[in-house]
Amino acid sequence: MDIRKVKKLIELLEESGIAELEIKEGEESVKICRYPSGAPAQMPSAIPQALPPASAALAAATPATSAPPAPAVSEVPEGHKVLCPMVGTYYEAASPNAEPFVKIGDEVNAGDTVCIIEAMKMMNQIEADVSGRITAIQAENGEPVEFGQVLFIIA
Amino acid sequence: MLEKIVIANRGEIALRIQRACRELGIKTVAVHSTADSSQKHVLLADETVCIGPPASVDSYLNMPAIISAAEVTDAVAIHPGYGFLSENADFAERVHDSGFIFIGPPPEVIRLMGDKVAAIKAMKEAGVPCVPGSDGPLGDVAEENLRLGRDVGYPLIIKAAAGGGGRGMRVVNTEASLLNAITVTRAEALAAFGDDTVYLEKFLENPRHIEFQVLADNHGNAVHLMERDCSMQRRHQKVIEEAPATGITPEQRKVIGERCAQACRNMGYQNAGTFEFLYQDGEFYFIEMNTRLQVEHPVTEMITGIDIVKEQLLIAAGNTLNFKQDDIVMRGHAIECRINAEDSNTFMPSPGRVELWHPPGGPGIRVDSHLYSGYTVPPFYDSMIAKIIAYGDTRESAIARMNIALSEMVIDGITSNIPLHIEICQHAAFKAGGTNIHYLERRLGI
Repeated sequence: MDIRKVKKLIELLEESGIAELEIKEGEESVKICRYPSGAPAQMPSAIPQALPPASAALAAATPATSAPPAPAVSEVPEGHKVLCPMVGTYYEAASPNAEPFVKIGDEVNAGDTVCIIEAMKMMNQIEADVSGRITAIQAENGEPVEFGQVLFIIA
Repeated sequence: MLEKIVIANRGEIALRIQRACRELGIKTVAVHSTADSSQKHVLLADETVCIGPPASVDSYLNMPAIISAAEVTDAVAIHPGYGFLSENADFAERVHDSGFIFIGPPPEVIRLMGDKVAAIKAMKEAGVPCVPGSDGPLGDVAEENLRLGRDVGYPLIIKAAAGGGGRGMRVVNTEASLLNAITVTRAEALAAFGDDTVYLEKFLENPRHIEFQVLADNHGNAVHLMERDCSMQRRHQKVIEEAPATGITPEQRKVIGERCAQACRNMGYQNAGTFEFLYQDGEFYFIEMNTRLQVEHPVTEMITGIDIVKEQLLIAAGNTLNFKQDDIVMRGHAIECRINAEDSNTFMPSPGRVELWHPPGGPGIRVDSHLYSGYTVPPFYDSMIAKIIAYGDTRESAIARMNIALSEMVIDGITSNIPLHIEICQHAAFKAGGTNIHYLERRLGI
């Protein structure tokens, strides 16, 4: 299910007096509770946020900080970074029910399709720009990605 | 009110738009190139999306990237700022087609005003005075063009219909050079704008550049916010702007302003816009309309008390203007100096790290700048780094305050044109007011 949709549902819940919301869409369903029994579903920020408070961000700004970091990964393996060439939504497979293009450990050749970025209703196939083994996948299925963001590490 | 918007621009204007958004409780998405990740408004934005590498064509002019950023952040509208895609009718259309609000006029109005020949025709129909000229595109019949030249009189200027802002123009001083000038300008226009349509106008030799600000909502209401004098220019780039224009009578202001507002109503104009005129010998002559927010909007804000960017957002959200023409009263005088990262004498750009930024302050001083100590001015974009606006009860007071501000400012680490501004403010002609568009170049000998 589209992460944006889930985000909107959470906002709906928060703004209303509803305690619980369950939506079924075909074979997928999501349930959002106001007081969850288990670990609360944290909505990760898809787009890296600015550092709050604003003044701290400015005080900390030193010569050209690079593009905001990719979603937190504790150990980033060495290797060639496959960078996102456009703004859009990252999909690991050609369709919701299909197998992902690549998994960690797969060998790929330069030119192989590794993922899809959807932008303005068009599906763009992204190719590996080098050959090697996928050692890390840095983007999450259904999440927005930006230009320059690290998608894969190929060793 | 709009929930969230994408600010599709950079530098001081992106910060300006963000400030208006924050005041209205609108969430901001800052789209930026890889060179601009540390811009002040990017660091302050609610969300940021990197849309491309440094080159403008791949980032700030990259329509799919910007619209895609609006999609992935669930923004509802896009503010194009000035420059870049702000007057690109195709972009406005694509924004609409993708389901977003374009904060500006409708695409067909942008297109109409972007065609300078069509714009002049529309202005004439609204009773807005125009420069005497060919009243339409030039044909290929030599005799006809020569006759037009005689009717209009020399010197005259050939202009590209798809041009504007000083580009795609050629002055013709004698009949002997007319036909050749038309051919050459056509070829240049085709190469630069993809359209070789040209027209011809009388060339005014010592005009002032006076423009009128308008605001129109989406319900047919339009008002003017008086005029600005932007004659202090170098190579068609404005250096100093002020409001109101010295020597313009209240009657002139009222007549021209109301014609501009009427033209807006006629063409279904929405949001902010500026009608540009040449003013010579007491007469106004329309040259073109800018269908966007202008760099120099702060001087109008200071004398009218109206926040133009805030109004842009309110209009885009569907609100009716909550003031009528009679509610708009001007008070005092405002002057704006454009501070560029460039050498004062050679005008060579001076990008680099700003080691120390110390802004001016005090009564009547407004600073619109994205600078901060430690910020690196990138080399890829235009060099304007700050606008200093001085407001006073009188023009003399505004100039005095500007002098104080310019003397207090410090920008260390890069060169800026502060010395040029300090010098201009001392010129007797500037202090007297009413200098024309050739004044600065002639005075500086460039």
